[in-house]
Amino acid sequence: MADLKYNNSAPDFDERNAVDDLVADPPVRQEDQRWVTGGLDRAAAARHLLLPGLHRLQNVKGWISPGGLNYLAESLQVPAAEAYGVASFYDLFQLEAPASQGPLHHVCVDPICATNGSAAYIEELRSKGHKVHESPCLGQCERPPASFVQIRGSEGEDATATTDQSLQFQSTEHNRLLRRFGRQDPTDLEAYKKLGGYKAFQTAIQLGGARVIEMLTESGLTGRGGAAFPTGVKWRSVANHQEGPKYVVANADESEPGTFKDRMILENDPFALIEAMTIAGISAGCRKGWIYIRGEYTTAASRFSLAINHAYEAQLLGTEIAGTPFTFDLEIRQGAGAYICGEETSLFNSIEGFRGEPRSKPPYPTDSGLFGRPTIVNNPETFLNVLEIINHGVDEYRSAGTHESPGTKLFCLSGDISKPGLYEAGFGITLGELITEAGGVRGDLQAILLGGAAGSFVGPDHLDLALSFEDANANNLTLGSGAVMVFSTNADLSAVVRRLAQFFRDESCGQCVPCRIGTVRQHELLLQIGSNKPEDANLGLLDDIATVMTDSSICGLGQTAASAVQSAVKLGLLDKRTS
Amino acid sequence: MHAVDPRRTASAKFADAWLGLDVGTDIALANAVAREIIASDLHNKDFIAHSTNGFEDFAAHVDSYTLEKASSITGVPAKAIQALAHDYASASSAQILWTLGITEHHNGVDNVLSLCNLALLTGHVGRWGSGLVPLRGQNNVQGGGDMGALPNKLPGFQDVADDTARQKFSNAYGVPLNPKPGLHLTLMFEAMAKGEIKGLYVIGENPADSEADVSHTRKLLAALDVLVVQDIFLTRTAELADVVLPATVGWAESEGTVTSSERRVQRVRPAVQGPAGTRHDHTIIGDLARRLGAGWSSQTPEALWDELRSLSPMHAGMTYERLDENQGLQWPCPDLEHPGTPFLHGWLWEDDLGGNGRAPFSITDHQGPKEQLTDDFPIRLTTGRALDSYNTGVQSRGYRSPIRTGERLQISQRDATSLGVTQGELVRVSSPRGSVEMEIDIKLDQTAGLAFTTFHFPELIDLNLLTNDEWDPKSGTAEFKAASIRIDKLTTGYRHG
Repeated sequence: MADLKYNNSAPDFDERNAVDDLVADPPVRQEDQRWVTGGLDRAAAARHLLLPGLHRLQNVKGWISPGGLNYLAESLQVPAAEAYGVASFYDLFQLEAPASQGPLHHVCVDPICATNGSAAYIEELRSKGHKVHESPCLGQCERPPASFVQIRGSEGEDATATTDQSLQFQSTEHNRLLRRFGRQDPTDLEAYKKLGGYKAFQTAIQLGGARVIEMLTESGLTGRGGAAFPTGVKWRSVANHQEGPKYVVANADESEPGTFKDRMILENDPFALIEAMTIAGISAGCRKGWIYIRGEYTTAASRFSLAINHAYEAQLLGTEIAGTPFTFDLEIRQGAGAYICGEETSLFNSIEGFRGEPRSKPPYPTDSGLFGRPTIVNNPETFLNVLEIINHGVDEYRSAGTHESPGTKLFCLSGDISKPGLYEAGFGITLGELITEAGGVRGDLQAILLGGAAGSFVGPDHLDLALSFEDANANNLTLGSGAVMVFSTNADLSAVVRRLAQFFRDESCGQCVPCRIGTVRQHELLLQIGSNKPEDANLGLLDDIATVMTDSSICGLGQTAASAVQSAVKLGLLDKRTS
Repeated sequence: MHAVDPRRTASAKFADAWLGLDVGTDIALANAVAREIIASDLHNKDFIAHSTNGFEDFAAHVDSYTLEKASSITGVPAKAIQALAHDYASASSAQILWTLGITEHHNGVDNVLSLCNLALLTGHVGRWGSGLVPLRGQNNVQGGGDMGALPNKLPGFQDVADDTARQKFSNAYGVPLNPKPGLHLTLMFEAMAKGEIKGLYVIGENPADSEADVSHTRKLLAALDVLVVQDIFLTRTAELADVVLPATVGWAESEGTVTSSERRVQRVRPAVQGPAGTRHDHTIIGDLARRLGAGWSSQTPEALWDELRSLSPMHAGMTYERLDENQGLQWPCPDLEHPGTPFLHGWLWEDDLGGNGRAPFSITDHQGPKEQLTDDFPIRLTTGRALDSYNTGVQSRGYRSPIRTGERLQISQRDATSLGVTQGELVRVSSPRGSVEMEIDIKLDQTAGLAFTTFHFPELIDLNLLTNDEWDPKSGTAEFKAASIRIDKLTTGYRHG
C-alpha cells in the first residue's frame, strides 16, 4: 500500500506463518509478475483481521516486532503507520522486545485488589524475578489479588477463573439468570438442553420476531451495561431496517472496575448467551453475530469458543439452523486490554481493525453500528434476560423487581464483605439487604463504591437505598454495571481515589481534549492533595475539571471520569484517617 | 478500477487490478482490448451504428491484436488484458483517465486515439459517469488553451488561419493579426537552433530545467538576443534572462478565472497582496503593450473577461455574476440563458447527433518507443513525479517534506543484483545524450529492466540530460517517458565531466 513505509524489517519464520495462516485470502493477489489484483474494497473487507493478527504476533514471539507488524500490515494492505497506531492502542501488545523471555504477570492494582494485598503479591513476584505489569481491574474482584499471565506461545491464563465447584456466585432455585450456574458442565450442550436450553429459541421461532420484540418491550427490559436503554426499542429499530447486512453484537468487554458478571456468564453458561444472540438475530433479521470478549478473559473466551463449536456441530449456528430457514453465524473477537473498548462504538472500531476510539453519536448503532450497518449491541446479562422473558412470559418476568425496574439484576459484590461474589436479586432490594446476603461487612463500613470506577461512593447512611434505576436516579447515583465495592474503615480511600483517577488517566483514549487533558489534571491535583485536607482552591479546580469533562467529552468514559472523585470529595473521604 | 502502468504506483495499489505493461506499449494493449470486446460480442452495436463511422475497418485492423500477441508485446498476461476488456465493456458506466504516461511519447496522439476507440466501441462517452478524462497537472492548463495559448488557435479555439475569425479579433483589438499559425514549444527550440527565433518572452514556464535534453536547451536560451522571463520565482530560466518581470501568484494574489479539466470556468480572487514589486500578469502585459505604443487602456479583469465573451462564442454566456451564482459554468455556454454543458460529447446520444458528423474510429498501430534498447543502453528509463514535489521543484523545493528522498534511480532487485549495485550506491547513469551520477534505490516491486526517477531536483541532478528529445509531430510533446540508459558502477576516485 501507498504508505507502507514502516521500515524494511522482515518477519521471521514463525511470524510469517502466523500471519499467512490467518490471512488465507489476502486482499492483494500477485497473479503474475505483471498482474496484481486486489484493491481498496478487498482491503476494507479484510481489515477486521488486524486485531486477531496482532494477537497472533504477540503470542508467537512474546512481543510484536517491526518485521511482524510490517508483514501483517502489508498482508492486509493497512498502512503501516495505521497498523502501528492500532497495535500501540492496546495494553496487552508489547511493541518493544522484552528484556527477558518468560511470562508477564499482569497484577490488578485497582481498588479491591489494592486494598487486598496486590502490592505484596507484586513484591513477591518481582523478588522471584518475574516480570510484572501493574494492571487495571482484571474482573476477578471476588478473589483478590487478581492476576493474569501472558505466556509466549500459548493463551494467557487468568489464574483465578471460576470452576464448577466455585462458590463465588449464589445460585438457588429462585435465581433466574443464574439458574444453571454450577448445575451443568458449561461446555456440554446436552446438559444445557436438559436444563431448559433452546426452549426459548423454539418458542421464538413459533412466535415470530415481531412478537418476540413486543414481549421485550412489554417486559420493560433495559440494557444492563449501565445505560439502561429499553431493549425492545433497540431491537425494533434494527428490525425496521429492511436492508442487510445487520449485526448482533454481545459486548463482553467487561472492564468496569469491580465488575465480573459477564465473565461468569461466559464461563458458566455460554450456551445461554449463544441462544439469546441467535434469537436476536432471527428476530431482527441479522445473519451474523459477534462477541467481543475482554482480552484478559481467556478462560471465558476458550469456553465460549468451545460452546460455539458445539453449537455449529449441532446445527444451532450456521445456515438453516435447527431446520429453520434462518442463518446465524457467530464470531469471537478478543480485546487486548483497553477499558474504552467497552464503549459500544469503540468496540465496533476495535472489531473493524481501527483504534478503539469512540465515534460521535448520532448516528446510533441501531442505524450505523458495526461496519456502518444497523446493529443490536447488548451486554451478556441483557441477552440472558431475553431467555427468561420468552420462557416464562412477561407477567412472570415482571413479578420480580419494581414497576419501573422489572426483573432481576446481577450484582458483583467485592471488598470487605464475608462472601464476595456474584448475586442475583430483584430490583428494589436495598443496599443493606444485599450486603447482608453476602455475609455482611468485614469490619466497620466506611463507604461503598456503587457502579464501578464510573460510579459513586456512598456512605453507611445509604444502606437503605433501594437498588432500582428510579431510586438510583432520584439519589443522583447509578447502578452502572452492578458493581458494589465495599470498603471498611481499614481502607485508605484517598489512595483508592487517586488510583481511580490514574485509571481514567491511563484509559482515556486521548481522542477528545476534555477527557485527554481533564483526566491528567484531575489525577495531578489528587496527587498534590495527597492525604491532606484539600484546599478550597483545589476543590474548585477539581469541580471545574469535572464540569468540563462531564459536559463535553465524546463518550461515557470522559463523562463519568470525575464521578467517583466528586462523590469522594463530597463524602470527605480524601482526608479521612484510616483507623 | 484497473491501473495500467509500468510501475505499481500508489494509485495502482488502490486499484482492483494492476497491469504492468512495458513502457510505450499502450496501443498494443488498447487494440487487444478492442479486439477482445468485439470477439466477445460486448461492443455497443446500436451506439456504433448511430454515432460512429469506420467500425468495419477498425474491427478488421485490430483483429491481428490477439490477446497472445498483446501479451508478448506488453508483458502483461493475456488473462489480465481479457479481464480488463470484459470489466470495461460490461460496466454500466466506465471512464478512462490518463495523464502524461499516455501523452509524453513520440506517438502520444495515437495513444490517445487508441483509447478513444474503446469509448466509441462501448458507448462509454457523453454520458453520466462515463468518458475520457485527461487529468491535468495544474488547475488551469485547460484555461490556457481556452484563452488561445496555442500556436494555431485564437481564444475559444478559433483558428488563426480562419479569415472570418481572425478579422473579428483584429476589429476588436484594433490591429491586424498574423494569419500564420505560430510554433509550439518543441518547434520554437528548433527555430532557435536555426537562428530563426532571436527573442523569447517566457511566462510562467521553466524550460531551462523542464525540457528534454536540457543542456541543449540551455545553450539555445543563452544564445538568444533577448530573453524576457515573467515568473513568480527566479527560476533557472529567469537566471538566463535579460529582463525578469516579477509576477503575482495566480491563485492567491490575482483576480480572474481558471478552467478545470471538466471545462468548468471558475472565478479566482486575491486573498493576499503580492510582495512589493510584483504585479499581476495582465497588468504587466498591459503596461508592456503601452510602452510598445499600443495605446491600451488600463482594464479590470472583469472588463477583459467581458471582451473575451464578446469574441469567444463558447464563453459568451458566462458573466462574472453567473459564474458566481453557479459556482462555475462548463463551456460551451453560448448565451445568458444557457446552463453550461456537463457532457461535451452528449450529442453522440442525440437523434440528430446535434448536427455534428459521426465520430470516427482511428487506426493506430503499435510502434514502441523511438529509442530502442540496445546492448550499450539496455535499460528502459521512464520519468515521473513524486507525491511531495512538483515538476522542476520551483514551487515545491522551498518546503520540507519527511518523505522526500531527493533524486534517486529506482531499479528492480534483479537488475541491482546483476549490476552488482547496492541500495544507496552512487552510480553513473548514461543515455546516448549524456550522463549523470545518481544514487540507486532498489524497489522490490519494480519490474526488471525498468528504471524510474523523478526530475524534481534539477539543481542536484540534471535528469533531463538523459531524456529523449524525440517528439510527437502531432502534439509537439517530447518522449519524456521512454529513454534507454546504461548503469555503470563508479570506480573509486572517478569523477565524470
